[in-house]
Amino acid sequence: MNNRFLDNRNVLGLLFMLPAAALLLVFLTYPLGLGTWLGFTDAKIGRAGHWIGLGNFDDLLNDGVARLSLFNTIFYTVVASVFKFALGLWLALLLNRNLPFKSFFRAIVLLPFIVPTALSAIAFWWIYDAQFSVVSWALTKMGLIHTYIDFLGDPWNARFSTIAANIWRGVPFVAICLLAGLQTISPTLYEAAALDGATPWQRFRYVTLPLLTPIIAVVMTFSVLFTFTDFQLIYVLTRGGPLNATHLMATLSFQRAIPGGNLGEGAALATAMIPFLLAAILFSYFGLQRRKWQQGGRD
Amino acid sequence: MSKFTRRDFLKTTAGAAASGSLGVGGAMWSSDALAQGHWTPEKGAKLRVLRWKKFVQGDEDMWLANTKKFTQQTGIEVRVDSEGWEDVRPKAAVAANVGSGPDIIISTFEDAHQYPEKLVDVTDVCDYLGKKYGGWYDVCKSYCTDKGRWIAVPMGCAGNAVVYRKSQLEKAGLSEFPKDLQGLMKYAKALKAQGCPPGFALGNATGDGNSWTHWIVWAHGGKMVDEHNNVVINSPETINALEYVKEFYSTFVPGTLSWLDPNNNKAFLDGQIGLTLNGISIYYAAKKSQDPKLQELAKDIQHANLPIGPVGKPTELNLFFPMMLFKYSKYKNAAKAYLAFMMEQGQYEPWQQAAIGYVTQPLRAYEKNTVWTEDPKHTPYRDAMKIMLPNGYAGTMGYASAATMADFVMVNMVAEAASGEKTPKEAAERAQKRAERYYKV
Repeated sequence: MNNRFLDNRNVLGLLFMLPAAALLLVFLTYPLGLGTWLGFTDAKIGRAGHWIGLGNFDDLLNDGVARLSLFNTIFYTVVASVFKFALGLWLALLLNRNLPFKSFFRAIVLLPFIVPTALSAIAFWWIYDAQFSVVSWALTKMGLIHTYIDFLGDPWNARFSTIAANIWRGVPFVAICLLAGLQTISPTLYEAAALDGATPWQRFRYVTLPLLTPIIAVVMTFSVLFTFTDFQLIYVLTRGGPLNATHLMATLSFQRAIPGGNLGEGAALATAMIPFLLAAILFSYFGLQRRKWQQGGRD
Repeated sequence: MSKFTRRDFLKTTAGAAASGSLGVGGAMWSSDALAQGHWTPEKGAKLRVLRWKKFVQGDEDMWLANTKKFTQQTGIEVRVDSEGWEDVRPKAAVAANVGSGPDIIISTFEDAHQYPEKLVDVTDVCDYLGKKYGGWYDVCKSYCTDKGRWIAVPMGCAGNAVVYRKSQLEKAGLSEFPKDLQGLMKYAKALKAQGCPPGFALGNATGDGNSWTHWIVWAHGGKMVDEHNNVVINSPETINALEYVKEFYSTFVPGTLSWLDPNNNKAFLDGQIGLTLNGISIYYAAKKSQDPKLQELAKDIQHANLPIGPVGKPTELNLFFPMMLFKYSKYKNAAKAYLAFMMEQGQYEPWQQAAIGYVTQPLRAYEKNTVWTEDPKHTPYRDAMKIMLPNGYAGTMGYASAATMADFVMVNMVAEAASGEKTPKEAAERAQKRAERYYKV
């Protein structure tokens, strides 16, 4: 009886799925659901909250710092992602050629990605230091500048400095993934294109790019998600300063929720990131992965 | 005890160990609560303590040595964990929230007021200590009492003082550090002319940023809230303060808008700035360094209390440390015994000495601790607790005052006005709006 029950494919399938489902439920669905729910309450740390509907969101909409953090986050994500894509693709194309010490170069390219973010952020903190910056020091010694560069003390400088650090860290991931994609493209296609008299640009445009698009879609989706939710880099470098010019939604959410004790508002800020993240995912799945687009056609 | 070396430390611990094992510990501390059996520890009691991570090594070494002494005398095992001071607050809040965690948490500022109902009434411990050691400073009551009962035992505060250099002061033609704001401005300008300008943190620096910006606004009579917790930061007094800061900032070393807590220490020790506000840790680092250059600097370093503004009284903000005992603790008596023990003279004074006065006492009797007089450079830190104002001044403490500080409302306002990003009036208006969001509840 028992055996026959277990022989049933459906029952067995369900049983095998149970552990995974339980894990997802406990470690993914529940925290996400709880976080979202908290965003609709006035929970404080140490005090349970009451449902206040859209109260937090309404409040955040009227809060200059929260609006600024939204702008900062979008700016940070867009600029960093564009650069990471361009540099990553370029690096991947270079590494795809037959270079001497090919595997060595491919390995060291990954270094910035391997170093824990908190550590590389500390290195950048020194590089950008107002008094001890090695960049400023070198430029002064070369006689190119006379005062130290205020990397993190000026709002726009700080934005670009943090973006540069993020790009440095993110390029290897994009480059290595795209390199993997490039290597799946059959050389025969290039041979055929060359026989047809295609220029290098045409080979890139009509062979490489269309075949790489599915990988690009996945890689850039991940890259955008990582960038949009970045926390460590900002937290180490500026804590959101100067004048909140580098506060991202993630760092502000932490500041409000944990040191500030306003769990509800912090959760609301974090929840407010979800629509943007979903939009990025949907764009990649329904846009970049569409076959027609990949083949250069239009809807 | 100024040169409290590792060897001294070992001697102290060894002494304690010997007396403990010989069973004469009780006799040595006969006047202490422990020996008198004020709080009978529960059978098989074990304690977990979470505290902020040391700023100076001597603090941690001695705190652990004192804890060990407690274990030897009582048989109660005590595990002390430490976390960066800014991480203790959220952990304490979570412990309060979920109802489990360390028995005692040594946190910062007004934490006890964020969840007073989760804390054990420690009035007996505080009454005992207060009576024995000359009473608590008033500010302790603001931080640690709720409706007439003590909800935390004050551990002390990390005092701030102006750190400057004697040689530069003399070069500027002064014999003592300015005591008013006009004098301070003049000195700041003189320092800039000497090429070693002032530097005060204006980034989101939880410690240093908050300390000096609160002081300067309070010194002019500006305050976040009045006695009834109405937000009143947008006032002519605040605007005066911001006008002052604007001029003061023009003398600063470049880059202070990006400064976090460690920056002023690094810049001062490197000789790039000649004036800042800090705990005794800059001096400690210079004094304990093997580098002859830093030892020279240590000789030149001087400390002073912050100048007094138009309000005519000191208006400092120092990092206060409450020791909270949570209701979920199974060993409340053991915990009370531990808290009292650590605050007794036999432990507290050597601990202050080991940290060369990094922590200022909450009990008046310890003003006489030799640590404050053996090196005149320590003396300004002695009065940190006496002359400080509570956070959230002049209102009551609680969630709103903590959240307003955590959101850097004061720091951002001062930074905006200083850098010229906003006019003083705009900055004050914006701070008013931001603070009102928290004080509405």
